[in-house]
Amino acid sequence: MNEILNDETKKVLIEPLVDNNPITLQVLGICSALAVTSQMSTSLIMALALTLVTAFSSAAISAIRNHIPGSIRIIVQMTIIASLVIVVDQILKAFAYEISKQLSVFVGLIITNCIVMGRAEGYAMKNPPLASFMDGIGNGLGYSLILITVSFIRELLGSGKLLGIEVFTLSKDGGWYDPNGLMLLPPSAFFIIGLIIWGVRQWKPKQAEAADFKIMALSHGEGGHH
Amino acid sequence: MLKCEQFNKICAALDKCEHYQKFKVYKDKVLALGNDSLEKTIAIAVALCLVCAVLVSFSAVALKPLQVNNKELDMKKNILDVAGLLEEGGNIDAVFKDRIEAKIVNLETGDYVEDMNPAEYDQRKAAKDPALSVVIPKEKDIAHIRVKAKYAKVFLVKDAGAIKSIILPINGYGLWSTLYGFLSLDADGQTVQSINFYDQAETPGLGGEVVNPNWRALWKGKKVYAESDQPSLEKGLIEEAEMGEPALSLVKGVVDNSKPGSQYQVDGLAGASLTSTGVTNLVRYWTSKEGFAKYLAKVRTVRGSGS
Repeated sequence: MNEILNDETKKVLIEPLVDNNPITLQVLGICSALAVTSQMSTSLIMALALTLVTAFSSAAISAIRNHIPGSIRIIVQMTIIASLVIVVDQILKAFAYEISKQLSVFVGLIITNCIVMGRAEGYAMKNPPLASFMDGIGNGLGYSLILITVSFIRELLGSGKLLGIEVFTLSKDGGWYDPNGLMLLPPSAFFIIGLIIWGVRQWKPKQAEAADFKIMALSHGEGGHH
Repeated sequence: MLKCEQFNKICAALDKCEHYQKFKVYKDKVLALGNDSLEKTIAIAVALCLVCAVLVSFSAVALKPLQVNNKELDMKKNILDVAGLLEEGGNIDAVFKDRIEAKIVNLETGDYVEDMNPAEYDQRKAAKDPALSVVIPKEKDIAHIRVKAKYAKVFLVKDAGAIKSIILPINGYGLWSTLYGFLSLDADGQTVQSINFYDQAETPGLGGEVVNPNWRALWKGKKVYAESDQPSLEKGLIEEAEMGEPALSLVKGVVDNSKPGSQYQVDGLAGASLTSTGVTNLVRYWTSKEGFAKYLAKVRTVRGSGS
């Protein structure tokens, strides 16, 4: 029994890192991955907040899963998630004021982060609390991994810093590095996440989805020569 | 161990309580019901709401003092920063209490309001209160803030009793967000000491560079109001109280400090023309007659007659 539990725990902890990553495979939680990744410090706090919320909400939902009426299932999940997010937001405001100012609305928006809902609906409703807690931690870590990777690239190339500490001296301060302004704007995270997804699917071709449509080869002459 | 005992005591007391027994019976009955029955649905919804409400209100109430403290400290830090009094590791509260005096100014007349307590007045809140604010006519609203509070909270930096600098609250629209900040002027109400923005959401790295210390340092010594003739002022030919229109602005590129008129110009932010325009407009708005011009004129008069 113990053996099985350990295997299950290992599986739910490790699998979301690469094999079943919430961002690269399930393509969930993209909005916050775009918004908070221009600096590593905000990404780290966001990753921590989301991991804790996912873990505890999954555990709580799983604990009462046998008594949740089907007709108000989603509302019940949302209420638990929203309460936890408010608590996290309050704690950040009390103990990490500077960071909470930078994260502003994005902490509150964890409520709408599809990863949290997805794990509640997809795992916690069918599994015991401890396993659900671990599953939440695992998925949170998978999200964190991508967030930290993206913010590492964006902060380094966008402002020449890592965690606010100068790595490349910028040309405007007399150094050599000319920062890439695009990296500071949310769209750059799209490109980086896209490249990461491409890389992961090259490495693990199993993750690539089959094409919905096949482009037909043009018959002769239709394409035209311009 | 003690906690365990207390817990047992509470449990024993609860067991004796009639309502608790009734509650227990009801709980067992509801939990045994089918998940889709109406009664269970309502009972679960009510119970869940109660638990969540307790959790949320407990965290909000318990952490409130810390949060209020953080906010105040942050505001004081910003004021000390623009006053140039912020020291690494210094005691913010003590320095603030020692050196800074908050005053309420009536923007319409430019006089101090003595019967209001500056510590309790929140200008940002007042701007949202119809009784304490005025709507700005559209043609005058160059800072795009729509309403302003009737009374402004200014901060005076004192040095041995004399006013060393005047810190004015300013706000206005940039590209994405309303920027809130402070402009610190010398006691002449004309020379800029510093500027900072404590609340803004401009593009990081572009418009967000309004918080960059290197850029903020460029403001030092710039003049806010156009002086009709610089030398005649120095000779005392024109009244100090009579200043021209607000002239300070951000310009594209780097300001050549040797050129005439450069005292009214600050380097614009690279790659952020709209934020730069916004900053120009909000500084001009708040130093115009709509803003602090009357107050600053009075400060200069008092200072002139005193010396």
